Amino acid sequence: MSELLDIADRVIAMAKPGEQVEAFVSRGTETDVRVYQGEVEHFVSAQSEGIGIRVIRHGKTGFAYASTLDQAAIAEVLADARDNVAFGNPDEWAGVAEPDGVPVTEVDLWSEVLEHFPTERKIELAKELEQLTLAADNRVRTEDSNYSDGAVEAAVASTNGIRHVGRENGCYLYIGTLADDGDESQTGFGFTVGRSPDEFDMAKASADAAMRATRLLGASKPASKKTTIVLSPYATAMLMGIIGGTLNGESVTKGRSLFADRLGEMVANPLVTLIDDPTNPLAYTATDLDGEGLAARRNVLIEAGRLNQFVHNSYSARRAKARSTGNATRGGFASVPGVGCLALQLQPGTRSQEELISGIDDGVLIDSFFGLHSGVNPISGDFSAGASGLSITGGALGAPVREFTVGSTLQRMLLDVVEIGADVEWLPMSAAGVSLAIGDVMISGS
Amino acid sequence: MGRVIEQDVLQRVLGEAVRTGGEFAEVYAEDKRSTSAGLDDGKVEQVNSGRDRGAGIRVVRGETTGFAYTSDLSEDGLLTAAKAAASAAAQGGDQVRTINLTRAVEHIVSPIEQWPGDIPKATKVEMLQRMNDAARSAGSEIVQVSASYADGQKRILVANTEGVLATDTQSRLNVRVQTVANGDAGMQTGFQSAGHTMGFEMFDHVDVEALARDAARQAIVKLNARPAPSGTMPVVIRRGSGGVLFHEACGHGLEADLVAKGGSVYKGKQGQQVANPLVTLIDDGTMTAEWGAIGIDDEGHVSQRNVLIEDGILTDYMWDYLRARKEGRRQSGNGRRQSYHHLPMVRMTNTFVLDGPDDPDEIIAQTERGVYVAELGGGSVNTATGDFVFGMVEAYLIENGKITAPLREGNLIGNGPKVLQDIDLLGNDFAMGRPGTCGKDGQGVPVGDGQPTLRVKALTIGGTAA
Repeated sequence: MSELLDIADRVIAMAKPGEQVEAFVSRGTETDVRVYQGEVEHFVSAQSEGIGIRVIRHGKTGFAYASTLDQAAIAEVLADARDNVAFGNPDEWAGVAEPDGVPVTEVDLWSEVLEHFPTERKIELAKELEQLTLAADNRVRTEDSNYSDGAVEAAVASTNGIRHVGRENGCYLYIGTLADDGDESQTGFGFTVGRSPDEFDMAKASADAAMRATRLLGASKPASKKTTIVLSPYATAMLMGIIGGTLNGESVTKGRSLFADRLGEMVANPLVTLIDDPTNPLAYTATDLDGEGLAARRNVLIEAGRLNQFVHNSYSARRAKARSTGNATRGGFASVPGVGCLALQLQPGTRSQEELISGIDDGVLIDSFFGLHSGVNPISGDFSAGASGLSITGGALGAPVREFTVGSTLQRMLLDVVEIGADVEWLPMSAAGVSLAIGDVMISGS
Repeated sequence: MGRVIEQDVLQRVLGEAVRTGGEFAEVYAEDKRSTSAGLDDGKVEQVNSGRDRGAGIRVVRGETTGFAYTSDLSEDGLLTAAKAAASAAAQGGDQVRTINLTRAVEHIVSPIEQWPGDIPKATKVEMLQRMNDAARSAGSEIVQVSASYADGQKRILVANTEGVLATDTQSRLNVRVQTVANGDAGMQTGFQSAGHTMGFEMFDHVDVEALARDAARQAIVKLNARPAPSGTMPVVIRRGSGGVLFHEACGHGLEADLVAKGGSVYKGKQGQQVANPLVTLIDDGTMTAEWGAIGIDDEGHVSQRNVLIEDGILTDYMWDYLRARKEGRRQSGNGRRQSYHHLPMVRMTNTFVLDGPDDPDEIIAQTERGVYVAELGGGSVNTATGDFVFGMVEAYLIENGKITAPLREGNLIGNGPKVLQDIDLLGNDFAMGRPGTCGKDGQGVPVGDGQPTLRVKALTIGGTAA
């Protein structure tokens, strides 16, 4: 039926007695259009394919990949993976996933509309977004306006009886902006995502891109102080991605999680319920299967502040004497499965961002963080990130602020949650956005 | 790979690429083999092998670039990609152009003595075990160690309609080690890495066990660290640990593609004083064996040494083919890409600041109260505003001219143009730093950086202490 599954099947059939073999085969296409000042700056049209093979024997694992599905290359990949087995140390928990009987939730991951969407329309959409954004505010210039789409078909099969093939596609528009006032420039961005272009909200993307850049004009460095911050939905999604990483079962079993011994304990304010649910079709990273071919599923990680569970793939689950939670991740055919959250969401509250801000006498609205990769240590929990946004005074938004950091620890920030907004936003990230107020953080500025 | 794609095939493919009216076309082909191995929790988890091979073809007409890539290096595969790139860039026309390629002699910047691919995998894995043992024996506080080894040998070929036919062979290797120490106040981490553009002889010069012990020492020291201060104060950055400061504070802002779109605070500043006169900033792709060293850039241009800032004065930006063509000037060997899947753009290679006049010990002694950064982590910058951050992996307080208490991790934040002016002391102890991966527009490329010990008279420390 599927050429890719046939390829995977043929690899599995070559397994020798005593070997576990897993083949992951994928083929994808992508289109990238970049428009600048009404002209197409680049148009990328590409196809790629490849195979990754894991071989496990006597508890030792070897892996190899190639970016081709050429017959001879596949034989070489299998031979390399086998050869690599010799150099690993035995690990009693090593192995490919065992089918666990959990039924697959059907998630509609394929859009026929996108599949047949004409190339000229892709270019027009990027041009339209540029025009809409320029029309939104005369202080705004664009850096580039982009249309991107991708489609991938992937098959995974193993000697343990895993055998799946599936396909998904998706697209998004992204625009980067600059706003000028005299010598000063500020930057902004806007995007809109969809399974198909029919789902694009171009009005919101252009308004966001213009607003983000212009509202920072005239920003100054705030004074250092302890205060309350309100994270924009985008900033919250960034933070949740990091929190999710600390709940990774592999980190827990290897003594690298700051929540390792805290199951069942209160680790967050009772307002916090954090769910990983890739079966929610609204999530950008929605999927029916995890990276090892087990059913993706809904997992409640923190429930009303209490640490409920970690996420596992089959390896970390075996080690932790738990069951896989369907959280194997896979970066493509060139990498082995890891563990991670797939589609995080904070359970929303009841009030809008404006209402949430109205209750804060003194604080800062954080538009965006930067430098999270260099300033946050997910093992110690130390949190320090560059930020920009607007000051909050007497329950209302005030002057723009920039060139400051937000400092706390991940542990404190979860406990110091003051309120969660109702304004859920689905972003092209592995976590959904929602406004989030956190008290008692240190702002470091002048 | 020169033999995999014959010269006459390249000439026909380029001819096809410009048949519908393109002004410029280019074939970039690469064949890469890589090996990596990871150790975690005391065990070598697995050895990985990879093979990436393919070509990217771009066609430029007017302001538009069409690009397609393929893993099929046969003449048919390349012609299909050439047609796809041509139709993306240009419609109409039927021109026949004869392309005459001239094969350039390879520009060898980093000679390779021992091909990593010829070294037994057992030798690579055994090194990880030694790193693990060294880190764990550094102290009972060390509760976890992970270590990795990776090598990649890449052969690239670039041919274009201007007659360029150039090849390069790049061999890079790196080792990384992360440690976790546990104490009364929770866990702390240490990290060290080393990487070079050379052969396996790298390990005649790099002591991996010393590297692992250093990563262990960092984690143990931080068990007693106090929260970093908040607010603005002088910051001293140890030699070879803070080149990332210049990479972020001004390197990206000197990339001609960002400048052209008005997205850099350094636009229009050529010939102007943009830094303290102590500062001379170089970007140099020819530094033998350094992480960002290349024989040719990914557009076939021979790598070179470029002076970006001289005695504080902005002398030049960095250029790729498209930006240089537009300005009617020469490119500077800075057109780079992550792989054949990607379009090239302006990128740094090895970016560093030359020695100044000051004794490094004196720099510390002259600082009444401040922060001493022994190891910086990664960073990022908004080139339009110049605001940048970078992380402190290992830092200490300076009190009364002496290094005192260790500090917990955090970011430093500053504004590029202001920080360049605020460098008020520059040491005479230059060193290159750790290997880095620079991210831009979704592409990562290997870069090096370096600097002598220096002081910035005011930076904002992103800590939590008052």
